Amino acid sequence: MAKVKARVKVPKKAEVGEIVEIKTLISHPMHSGRAVDSDGNIVPRKIINSFTANFNGKTIFKVDMRPSVSSNPFLVFPFKVTEAGTFDFIWVEDGGQEYTASKKLKLV
Amino acid sequence: MITQKMTPISRRHAVQLLGASAALSLLPGLSFAAGDAVAGRIAEVTGGKAIGDLDIYLDMPEIAENGNQVKMSFEIDSPMTDAEHVKAVYVFADGNPEPDVAQFNFTPAMGACGATTRMRLSKTQNVTVLAAMSDGSFAKADTAVKVTIGGCGG
Repeated sequence: MAKVKARVKVPKKAEVGEIVEIKTLISHPMHSGRAVDSDGNIVPRKIINSFTANFNGKTIFKVDMRPSVSSNPFLVFPFKVTEAGTFDFIWVEDGGQEYTASKKLKLV
Repeated sequence: MITQKMTPISRRHAVQLLGASAALSLLPGLSFAAGDAVAGRIAEVTGGKAIGDLDIYLDMPEIAENGNQVKMSFEIDSPMTDAEHVKAVYVFADGNPEPDVAQFNFTPAMGACGATTRMRLSKTQNVTVLAAMSDGSFAKADTAVKVTIGGCGG
């Protein structure tokens, strides 16, 4: 299986009160359990079923995903800056495998 | 292997069966048409409550050439304070094998309510966005998307 690679884009610096945009992308085939491979066998379902964004240990945004979400799940969402800190992003695959990414945010 | 003895079915019996299945499909709540699946899911989430008319800005292409990657973004006007914020947004697609697409859980820490993602659409269909507010009310928006090439594999 191709390596799953998570990418996140967060501004390095922001002002207090500013609403910043966070973009995340993880390379994942999101096998829906319906597609058929070249030998006619059904590819078993294997998707990223949940995404969580934490800031300084507190959950700010969570998404539950179903097979209808495209391969390489891409998410954009806002965040209001109140303090400097660290973002932790967690993607969970069917079967419990977790992929993580982390980003720091400084105040201007 | 399990073998089952097949009894031949009489014409009269067959007609009765047909009639029974036709009557079944007329009963509300027993039909499995795709649109009803979405209506059922909405009723499940809202618990039968009325859906308010808060503004949801839903942005999707009118025509999607490739149903595998259809960009969807939405924005909801909300102060996003502890007292008044959007708790969750559900996305449904009535023509997909499974009507649920995703559930977005928001928190006041985000400062604004909105998100962008990409979804699969198997055919031309309606996409519905249902928002659950912190005060227990709901809002909904839908849009029709024409799909040229479906995106569910196979």
